[in-house]
Amino acid sequence: NTKPPRVFPRDSARSPEPGPTATPPMPSTSSSSSSSSQAQKKPAKRTEAQIQQKVNELVQFLLVKDQKKLPIRRADMVKTILQDYKDLASVIIERAGRILEEVFGLQLREIDQKYHAYILINKLERLEGDGMKMDESVAKMGLLMVILSLIFMKGNSARESLVWDVLKKLRVDPEKRHKTFGDVKKLVKDEFVRQKYLEYNRVPHTEPPEYEFLWGPRAAHETSKMQVLRFVAKIQNREPSSWVSQYNEALQDETASASAAGTGN
Amino acid sequence: MGMPRAFRSRPLPLQEPASRGSITMASSMTDSHRRFLQVLMSNGIIDAAEARRLHRFFCEQHKVYYAHDKLDDFIGIINTYLRPLFMEIRKGRSEDNGKIFYALVNLAITEATKVASDYAENELELFKKTMDLIVESESGYASSTNILNLSDKLQSKKMRKKEVEHVLQKFVQDKWLSERHGEYTLHTRCIMELDQYICETYQDVKKCNICHSLAIQGQFCETCGIKMHLPCTAKYFKSQPEPRCPHCNDIWPHDTRDLVQPDSHLSPRIPRTPRRISSSEPK
Repeated sequence: NTKPPRVFPRDSARSPEPGPTATPPMPSTSSSSSSSSQAQKKPAKRTEAQIQQKVNELVQFLLVKDQKKLPIRRADMVKTILQDYKDLASVIIERAGRILEEVFGLQLREIDQKYHAYILINKLERLEGDGMKMDESVAKMGLLMVILSLIFMKGNSARESLVWDVLKKLRVDPEKRHKTFGDVKKLVKDEFVRQKYLEYNRVPHTEPPEYEFLWGPRAAHETSKMQVLRFVAKIQNREPSSWVSQYNEALQDETASASAAGTGN
Repeated sequence: MGMPRAFRSRPLPLQEPASRGSITMASSMTDSHRRFLQVLMSNGIIDAAEARRLHRFFCEQHKVYYAHDKLDDFIGIINTYLRPLFMEIRKGRSEDNGKIFYALVNLAITEATKVASDYAENELELFKKTMDLIVESESGYASSTNILNLSDKLQSKKMRKKEVEHVLQKFVQDKWLSERHGEYTLHTRCIMELDQYICETYQDVKKCNICHSLAIQGQFCETCGIKMHLPCTAKYFKSQPEPRCPHCNDIWPHDTRDLVQPDSHLSPRIPRTPRRISSSEPK
């Protein structure tokens, strides 16, 4: 039949697996990270080279941490890498972000202004035959796409019960253990939520309590309403514009993010 | 190990490099380089054919100057930016068939890499002990039975048979080990990444008499004890009427008729990277 359209949230592309993460135990070679061996009092002056070193270490740290797709908190960056250089945190983080873009094509985005949590987003679109590793995360992204579509088409939120019904119709029964996804409910309610692809909120004034799913900040950054609408359109063999209100909403969303990008967001 | 040379302190150029017509002459990073790097980050290791395909595909995609014999230069540019970040893309050879591979490797352990948590402590310990078995064996392989016996002796949390099998599967999937007929050896990627560590940790580890790289798998001369990679042996004996040991000149004691020829027309050198021979995954 039709091939699934490639508008999936950019998964495997955006979770690079740098060598460091998978390296089995190695003896500590002479790392020039000096903060642990220096005296505790703050050095009076930092050289450009020392600062650059911290920037480079932070880049590595972000790549490693982003592997699990959990947001990275500024507090963790300070505790593990910045340490004595805490006062230069903003500068160092900004420079690390520039290197991530310049070298890896990854963008460091703050998704939580209150707790200062960041994610890495792939700036490069997936291409057919782009050589990226195809593992079980491809299937997960497919499932996620279905859920994101459902949420968007239903006006940006979907009841939990509806989501399970739809999945069940697609032969992904949340009550049973699935061959690929295992515990489906855990994947959707737990993993996707922790990774900020989805939000899971209680619907007010419902007794017994009911819950609904919304798009999470990562979904908003990795895909778009228009891409999701095109996905639905392709599956149903209709024009995206045939859903008038969703189409208009998707257009507005495109304009909004275009101007946000223009202002250097 | 010396630290990579200090990263230039001025900011990286953020504009696209100068264009000649509609084609970009690349001496700084372009999206074609970034895609290539992302593929290596995602896969860990790729073979030469795939590397060439991607080089061409990505250069065409992003209208970057492409010449089929400039792959090593292309990678060289990426490495200029990677080395300050304690990584590089290395070229190596499979011990199985002599084919060339490219892998993304770490250059040093730093605070950042210490927080990596792909494997549990007991899994890492098992890996280390498996590597001991492999390196110290004559064949370069460790049987699953022997590895299972190891799991009883772990100092960290004990593992049951099923867990060991699961972890071994993970190691194979992540390309640290490769498996053949129930036996395990180090994947080409692993040897490329841990080359220095292996040489430092295992004092008696042998190097190939021909190419002088680490030899985990190989054939021995029974007279003088030198070791050679199978593909190196194939290449060496190809031009010889009678296979003789290159060191002691005794008749070579192994069958040399079925050895696989490496792709000798490809140069094994990227600037700054010494030629390496490594074990590979079974095809």
